[in-house]
Amino acid sequence: MFSSLRQCTSWLHTWTGLIVGWVLFFVFVTGTPGYFQTEITRWMQPERPMVEQIALTDRAGAFDRALDRLQQVAAGAANWRINLPHDSVPSRNWQEFGIAWQEMPPEGHDFGPAGSERLDVNTGAVLPSGVEPRATAGGNTLYRMHYLLHYVDFDLGIRIVGICTMLMLMAIVTGVITHKKIFKDFFTFRPGKGQRSWLDAHNAVSVMALPFFLMITYSGLVFFMYSYMPAGINTLYGSDQQSRKPYFSELFPEFNRKSVAVTRPETALTALVEKAEAVWGPGKVRSITLMHHQGEGERLALTLNRVNEGSLDIHRSDTLRFDARTGESLDPEPLAGGAARTTQAVMLNLHEGLFVGAWGRWVYFLAGLLGCAMIGTGMVLWTVKRRKHHLGSGFEGQEHFGVRLVENLNVATIAGLPLAVAAYFLANRLLPLDITDRPAWEVHSMFAVWLGTLFYALARPLHRAWIELFWAGCAAYALVPVVNALTTDRHLLNSLRAGDWVIAGFDLTMWGLAALLALMAVKVKRRLDPARAARQAAAALRVQEGSAA
Amino acid sequence: MSNAVPLTRAYRLAVASRVIAAAFGGYALASAATVLLALIWPGPQPQALLWASMLSFAIYSVAVIWVFVARSATRAWVGIVLITAVVAALAWLLKNGGAA
Repeated sequence: MFSSLRQCTSWLHTWTGLIVGWVLFFVFVTGTPGYFQTEITRWMQPERPMVEQIALTDRAGAFDRALDRLQQVAAGAANWRINLPHDSVPSRNWQEFGIAWQEMPPEGHDFGPAGSERLDVNTGAVLPSGVEPRATAGGNTLYRMHYLLHYVDFDLGIRIVGICTMLMLMAIVTGVITHKKIFKDFFTFRPGKGQRSWLDAHNAVSVMALPFFLMITYSGLVFFMYSYMPAGINTLYGSDQQSRKPYFSELFPEFNRKSVAVTRPETALTALVEKAEAVWGPGKVRSITLMHHQGEGERLALTLNRVNEGSLDIHRSDTLRFDARTGESLDPEPLAGGAARTTQAVMLNLHEGLFVGAWGRWVYFLAGLLGCAMIGTGMVLWTVKRRKHHLGSGFEGQEHFGVRLVENLNVATIAGLPLAVAAYFLANRLLPLDITDRPAWEVHSMFAVWLGTLFYALARPLHRAWIELFWAGCAAYALVPVVNALTTDRHLLNSLRAGDWVIAGFDLTMWGLAALLALMAVKVKRRLDPARAARQAAAALRVQEGSAA
Repeated sequence: MSNAVPLTRAYRLAVASRVIAAAFGGYALASAATVLLALIWPGPQPQALLWASMLSFAIYSVAVIWVFVARSATRAWVGIVLITAVVAALAWLLKNGGAA
């Protein structure tokens, strides 16, 4: 069928890319803000005050009061935890002093209900949960759409995204094979040359973030690998939770142990924290956990957890263990799961980017935007190629129905979806605070606007639809900080003055996105200008005639 | 591509046939290979299965590309079915023969 591997992979690349392009564009547009999902949620709950960073001064007293409180609310629980105030890398915010616990599992359950409280550092008093923020779907819902979609159930959602992800992996691999001169192509950019320019832009963007794309697709598949590729686990263990238990409890024993109810530790916690700080450095103890596992003798163990940082296996931090009665050191728990588990953890962490600080998050965010650009330019390229083909075949007047459909869907997706996301943020500020199902209506607003852009794209001449929707998106993002200023007291001046970089950063990013969309509108206007296109077509015709003669 | 090859019925059928061979045949092959790999990978069974499951998508990718590179759709089908059968049979033997 194909005379060479390159020709074949080029074909495969074109078609796999087209089929899944729209879904993947949605996945990238909703997944990219996921790198800032806690910040987005905070912006969408403007009632929440900025967290005050209070360090622990009187440790011994604070620990005593925390234990008193745990005895009061969580006597006989499966585990107790005291959280020390610290700056958390994975959630990128200040963690306050507090306690958490998990009750013994009720009959027939694996886990008991969990609880937590924030405590006053000085008095040990339980802090009120603070003002009730507005009901919002938050950054979390937006981020979850990138693997669950929306309005479809879980199993269907992850499968659609999974198939598209697999096809994206194919598109990447075949893309690399197709462009064997990939680095030469990377340095080739021929602006203002129609299809050539789209191709060069697609190549440049794709190569720029190629490692990221490969990593993000492959690790995305690993997240749901037992759903996508269940043959292995079904054959060797079984398809239901019970028969899979031996598998997971060997790889992840810490989540599958039976506990004995804990009692108040007798040893002084401050001495243990000092020991740990001697190893890890001051302020590096994140929490103290009290657990008593079945089958460990009469050992009530205190585990000191190091602050999560500096490791790609971010959820498994360094620990030190002590006997809760005598305070003597216990052997560290053996690392379960071997290299396989570590490899999986690294893949998932690379995908989520929880291990990097704020600047690293921006790198992820930009790489995500490059992903949007790669998919967008690829889809436009498909239609530009076809359009030329049809022009060349002498049917200029009749636009092929399929090509026209793809072009409309491209406009509604590439120019329309960003506008819809802006509508999601605007809905958060503009919807009445007391309507029922407010979070759901925020999401409905987003999808209603998106559907609207599709109708708009169908109704307008194609080049007008591109330009106008980009300008509309630009206006919508530019308006977000303005509407924020009009509806809350957290406007840019206030947030900048208070040094509240989460709120200020969100507002400024909105303007950055507005500028980006304005740039797109200007670029597309230049490219799709009908008068210019006619001139180009005429020039191409002259060249053709010249070569024919 | 379409410039060089006329879009005949036979061509379309051959493409459709390969797409099915790649999607379903490739998936069957990757599934069977995951089981076999989990059985022959040294080390504790859960770790072996975790490795095999993580690698399954790479196997799938290679299978799909091979289906499209094969000289004809028939060859692609024969290859996929044969390899899947052999891999599945080996996995079955290892699993059930090993227990006996």
